[in-house]
Amino acid sequence: MTCRDVIAFVMDYIDGTLAARERAEFERHLAVCRSCVAYLKTYQATMRMETKTNIADVTVPEELVRAILASRGA
Amino acid sequence: MSNITFDEPQLIARLRAGEEPAFEQLVRATSGRLLAAARRLLRNEEDARDAVQSAFIRAFQSLSKFREESRLSTWLHRILVNEALMKLRSRKGSEESIDDLLPSFQDDGHQVRDTVDWSDAADTALERAETAALVNRLVAQLPDSYRTVLVLRDLEGMTNGEIAEMLGISTNLVKVRLHRARQALRTLVERELGGTK
Repeated sequence: MTCRDVIAFVMDYIDGTLAARERAEFERHLAVCRSCVAYLKTYQATMRMETKTNIADVTVPEELVRAILASRGA
Repeated sequence: MSNITFDEPQLIARLRAGEEPAFEQLVRATSGRLLAAARRLLRNEEDARDAVQSAFIRAFQSLSKFREESRLSTWLHRILVNEALMKLRSRKGSEESIDDLLPSFQDDGHQVRDTVDWSDAADTALERAETAALVNRLVAQLPDSYRTVLVLRDLEGMTNGEIAEMLGISTNLVKVRLHRARQALRTLVERELGGTK
């Protein structure tokens, strides 16, 4: 595998959906390529940043609540 | 934040009976999460509020169709995502490319520039309050078709199959867009955290 192949397979590697042979080739490349190890680690760090900073719930402006309830009678 | 809890079967019965306080209870308990999702998908406050309002109107009209196979909040969330997607589809204009945010390779398949490991800096940044706003701003820079898949999968917790069905595209295309969206976001984060330019 080249860096191009490894980076194309990063998501499947993280998801655990690579076939055993591909996974072994992927890890063989990582063992000799610091740049691809860095790519994998920073890809995972990006996912962590994305999910850990997610704001799942917000305060809803009262006028929006009122508008929604008023629309029931419209 | 709307942390109001409710007895769902009882609330559904009251909604179906047309009890006005039940509608207010539902809106106050669930609209915060719906508005947060709408903002992530639409990047525009007015559109986000419109989508939430439209979602509730549609839900109120379809209460008789709610089968209780899923939770009420999950059903509402689905309706909201559909409303937001309809708004996105109605927007005019061509979508910008993300090619300059994707890695580039030499003819032999090696990376053109070595990647620097800034994952520790990312974890340190997570301890700062302002990082949430930064990530939000970077996600918002992604073109609609990529941001939508990223948000639905990574932040709304939908499966690739569910996203494919909602967007009317193949599961394989969902995977391609998701990977490209994450790669593009990775590059945007890298530019902020001082890795390779």
